[in-house]
Amino acid sequence: MRIRWSSIFDALLPLLATLAALAVGGVMIILLGANPLTAYGALIEGAFGSVNALADTFVKATPLLLVGVGICIAFRAGVINIGGEGQMILGGLSSIALGLAFPNAPGIIMIPIALLVGFLAGGVWGGIPGYLKARFNVNEILSTIMLNVIAVQLMNLLLRGPLIQPDQKGAAAIPQTSRLSMAFDLPRLVPTRLHLGALIAVLLAVGVYFFLWRTTIGYRIRAVGLNTSASLYAGIKVKRYIVLSLVLSGAFSGLAGAIQVYGVNHFMITDGSAASFTGSAGFNGIVAALFGQLHPIGTIPASFLFGALLVGANKLQRVVQVPAALITALNGLVVVFVVSSEIFRRKNARRRAIKVLEEKLALAAQEELPVSEGGG
Amino acid sequence: MDDLLTGSVLIGLLASAIRLATPYLYAAIGETFGQRSGVLNLGVDGIMLMGAFSAFYVVFKTGDLVGGLLLAALVGLLMGLMMAFISVTLNAQQGISGIGVYLFGLGMSDLLFQKLINNVQTVSGFPVAPIPILSKIPVLGPILFTQNVLVYGAYLLVPIAWFILNKTTLGLKIRAVGENPEAADTLGVSVSKVRYFTVSLGGLLSGIAGASLSIALLNVFQYNLTNGLGFIAIALVYFGGWRPTWVLLGSLIFSFVNALQIWVQVVGLPIPSDVAVMTPYILTIVVLVLSAQRVRPPSALSKAYERLE
Repeated sequence: MRIRWSSIFDALLPLLATLAALAVGGVMIILLGANPLTAYGALIEGAFGSVNALADTFVKATPLLLVGVGICIAFRAGVINIGGEGQMILGGLSSIALGLAFPNAPGIIMIPIALLVGFLAGGVWGGIPGYLKARFNVNEILSTIMLNVIAVQLMNLLLRGPLIQPDQKGAAAIPQTSRLSMAFDLPRLVPTRLHLGALIAVLLAVGVYFFLWRTTIGYRIRAVGLNTSASLYAGIKVKRYIVLSLVLSGAFSGLAGAIQVYGVNHFMITDGSAASFTGSAGFNGIVAALFGQLHPIGTIPASFLFGALLVGANKLQRVVQVPAALITALNGLVVVFVVSSEIFRRKNARRRAIKVLEEKLALAAQEELPVSEGGG
Repeated sequence: MDDLLTGSVLIGLLASAIRLATPYLYAAIGETFGQRSGVLNLGVDGIMLMGAFSAFYVVFKTGDLVGGLLLAALVGLLMGLMMAFISVTLNAQQGISGIGVYLFGLGMSDLLFQKLINNVQTVSGFPVAPIPILSKIPVLGPILFTQNVLVYGAYLLVPIAWFILNKTTLGLKIRAVGENPEAADTLGVSVSKVRYFTVSLGGLLSGIAGASLSIALLNVFQYNLTNGLGFIAIALVYFGGWRPTWVLLGSLIFSFVNALQIWVQVVGLPIPSDVAVMTPYILTIVVLVLSAQRVRPPSALSKAYERLE
């Protein structure tokens, strides 16, 4: 009976950790001179208060889910991908370049191809740190972070140059592209801002679950993450799966970027930062994936929750004058609390293992097995 | 265009490279201590942002430069303690919890900035303090000895860190804990105490690194002032092979390329500014490829140590 309780506790751990983080956030809100109940109330109303708010929450959750699903693959392989921001940018840039190059193509053909191109471009951008890790043992955390900065500069370069809107000229030119053909807009699911991308993301999350747990390749990816040396002995080409996991992880972020362009923005503009395009989904997707216990299915509600936080943050800012930056700080705390709470899970697991061992020993003692003597 | 790279330009470039290396040095030397003891703190950039804001706030309100610096160091120390608690006491996965600390610092510094200052302001930071006599030496004087106090401090830190790590018992303990925590523990070295010390020290130095930006080099604070500088500092630790002298060399090369990149933009050479800004980061990746071949990280780096009881 006790064992079952501890399993329930394990499953609820991320939720408890988040509640603890929100409690700390509440203290911060008090220190900022606002009532935390009013603040969180405004946040909830901003995220779920109306059909449009709910739709916006889904729209915000979509890139988080796609990035998060990719993060599940990478982290399961034991590879830490911090490059979601850059991979999203590459996905956005490549897909919009295609759409702008063929403005008269039919939407039914352009949309799937553009999303695929974004997927592939993100995969390439994720594959670079994968290759560098497998071939040269370069720490992927650092290389993905460097590639984020390089991607931002690439975006600035392209939006100022080849991709710029033709009528933006001279010194006052705004670095932005033209609007994509209306025919390329992702179909709306209901008469709100909710678009097809949200559905694609959920379906892919389910698909990745089957990929990771029901296919040989997925099994090997997880084996590499669980025990690299054992995988090597088992004949798994570890390096190949490290590269593959980063390619796939990057590809999902790239798709998130393409869907952001075709489903939400329909053009690209830069203020020189990554967040102006990604909304920091490349980082927040990590938070969502961790919260979903690195499980693609678990990442679905987790993304929804963090999408809600982001949408609600605007209302929070308006109602209680607490800057939306609070949500970034809170996300950081959630990561810290969720990762830290793992210690309880490990303790529970150890306690269970010891208990099983004790039972076995007791059983052995009852049977009074003859003491084996001598041996080798 | 023919007299672009004259002697005086080169002196100016070198002087600004020396100056620009300052925040990297504080942060990277601090991170070196942590990593030598086996803790990877990826939160450096967030701690720097908090340090930068704290220092800026004090100077903006009171003009007290020393007070600003001290507050930045204190805030850095507290965030370092937080990271130590997460990674040593709670044994959390270091890479990810560092990202959490980074996000917290990024959001928190922006939150405080919007709440307490709200628009971009400048302050008068640490003034240039030429060292008597030495600053009069031709060529070297203007490059090395006509800087502000925080710049001198950063370079003093390198031999001190080298001495502590290589010539003291404390340094031996730090290295032992980073290479073989089980053995160190058996010999009576407290793994957690050593790691608490190095990670807190790293936090304190990251706080100062942030202050060096906001009240000595740029004299301004805004959202995401560091722009990933803390992550580059971590890359420099890898490049430097976890040795302070090589970290110094890496910081200087990186800063020189950065100074060159800024100069190229100012002079208006026909290179797009985006490409110029990108160059140091591409260089960092190249350098990571080269250095990953050369040196081996501390064996216990980023591995939690759990005592078996």
